[in-house]
Amino acid sequence: MTDSGTTKPWDEVSERLLRELAPQVLGVVARRFRDFSSAEDAVQDAMLSAFKQWPQEGIPENPRGWLIQVASRRMMDTVRSEIARRQRETAIAPEEEPAIEPAEMETDMDPEDTLVLLFMCCHPVLSKSSAIALTLRAVGGLTTAEIANAFMVPEATMAQRISRTKQSIKASKVPFRLPTPQERMQRLPAVLHVLYLIFSEGYASSAGAELQRLDLAREAIRLTRGVRALLPENAEIAGLLALMLLTDARRAARTGPQEELIPLDKQDRSLWDRTELHEGMEMLKLALSKGAVGLYQLQAAIAAVHDEAGRPEETDWPQILALYELHQRVAPGPMVTLNHAIAVAMVRGPEHGLECLLALDNDERLAGHYRLDAVRGHLFEMLGDSGNAIQHYRTAAAKTTSLPEQNYLMTRAAHLEEASKESSSGLPAPQSQR
Amino acid sequence: MKYMLMMNTMRAEAGVPTWPRADLQAHIAYMHNLNRELRQSGELVSAEGLSFPDRARLVQAGRDGAPITDGIFPESKEFLAGFWIVDVESPERAYAIAARASAAPGAGGAPLNMQIEVRPVMGGPPPEML
Repeated sequence: MTDSGTTKPWDEVSERLLRELAPQVLGVVARRFRDFSSAEDAVQDAMLSAFKQWPQEGIPENPRGWLIQVASRRMMDTVRSEIARRQRETAIAPEEEPAIEPAEMETDMDPEDTLVLLFMCCHPVLSKSSAIALTLRAVGGLTTAEIANAFMVPEATMAQRISRTKQSIKASKVPFRLPTPQERMQRLPAVLHVLYLIFSEGYASSAGAELQRLDLAREAIRLTRGVRALLPENAEIAGLLALMLLTDARRAARTGPQEELIPLDKQDRSLWDRTELHEGMEMLKLALSKGAVGLYQLQAAIAAVHDEAGRPEETDWPQILALYELHQRVAPGPMVTLNHAIAVAMVRGPEHGLECLLALDNDERLAGHYRLDAVRGHLFEMLGDSGNAIQHYRTAAAKTTSLPEQNYLMTRAAHLEEASKESSSGLPAPQSQR
Repeated sequence: MKYMLMMNTMRAEAGVPTWPRADLQAHIAYMHNLNRELRQSGELVSAEGLSFPDRARLVQAGRDGAPITDGIFPESKEFLAGFWIVDVESPERAYAIAARASAAPGAGGAPLNMQIEVRPVMGGPPPEML
């Protein structure tokens, strides 16, 4: 199995290379054997062998060929034992044995394989958590253990989730081929949504103590970069990549030493990653130059306006307001209305923002959601109405299932209470930072 | 989204059940199957049964920080018999699993319909957008 050719030492770059090869190898093996599910297992085995062998023995001269060979051998073993099993059960000889020509081994690379896989893994028949897990493994080249670790579930649980997902694909008879351009347009939103969910999961789990865990936000960015390279003309993919970069750039500034949330207007902007910001801005320009404005481009554009301000006071709120108004027309929703209300408050005053929120009181999609109370608290604070602000912050704190958010909201309420006591006892009232 | 499913039992009913053997075995098999199904569906994070409350000790730090142990408060009506943590798509799915656990068979094979408390497990920061 080991390659006697020239080998290179193992480092981070080689690990990335291995991950990038995973979907290509899987594409080749799945197409050759016409069995996605078993091919996926075989490639995972080959990947694990590579993770074990390459750091010690060096990277083979042709790493892709090596992986295809190992995975194909593994597939042949599976096919043989499957045939033997069927023969035992039916005592009938198989109709045909799958042929595999060694000469074909290292040549049939199809650049579209990765796309085929992506559309398959993000297929709308799959639940979101299934799609996420399978995408990370089949397209992202991550091991089951790494994915399990990232989502804080046991490895066996994640292995089952992945295996069931593959069963659903098998049952749904989704063919292993690139969707037609029309299908592609229909199914692309599901793909982008899965990539976005991987990113936001990374955002949710990237708090300090978890640093040793797999960085899902970076994985999502890597995957989205890959997708963009395959569909360079698509504006929404570029928009999504821009959104990820512009959000991720603030990573170092958005949590404090106790993992407490630091809101945008209190962040130390010198900690923002300039290179990532710049790349995000360029990506956004590119996305916007391609016509039709979609959800992700709008979100990226809003992130960009925030990121452009050197200080919070310099934020171009009228522009953000205009973008949210456009957002409400393109893709309305309660969360958009909520954010729009903040922009209204920043431009026209908190009382106007609070008025916008009234429309959400009977919105069932937000029923029991903490964000409405949190935003109300914030707007009452802007208005100087500490009593109402404290009440809404505490209601929000009781409703949220996010621990850092809860800590933030409770602290905010406590801070306001102290400040209002101090001012009523004759001490000067602290100025609101907003 | 992760949920904790807590199986609370009335203290009055605490202790080893004295059902006929077949009923006991049916109960054990039911719970075993439920756990296996949850593992196979890729939803089980953990499942633990807890010892009977007579093994419980209440612990409090004393002035010097050293533990002071005591028996459990006799006035509590319920005790936690066991729990599951599941990672599921929706709260409805968590409720459905809880209902399955609740309906575990008891004496005579009749469903126990135990009370299961379902609560979301707190997570990390929420996504900033969308």
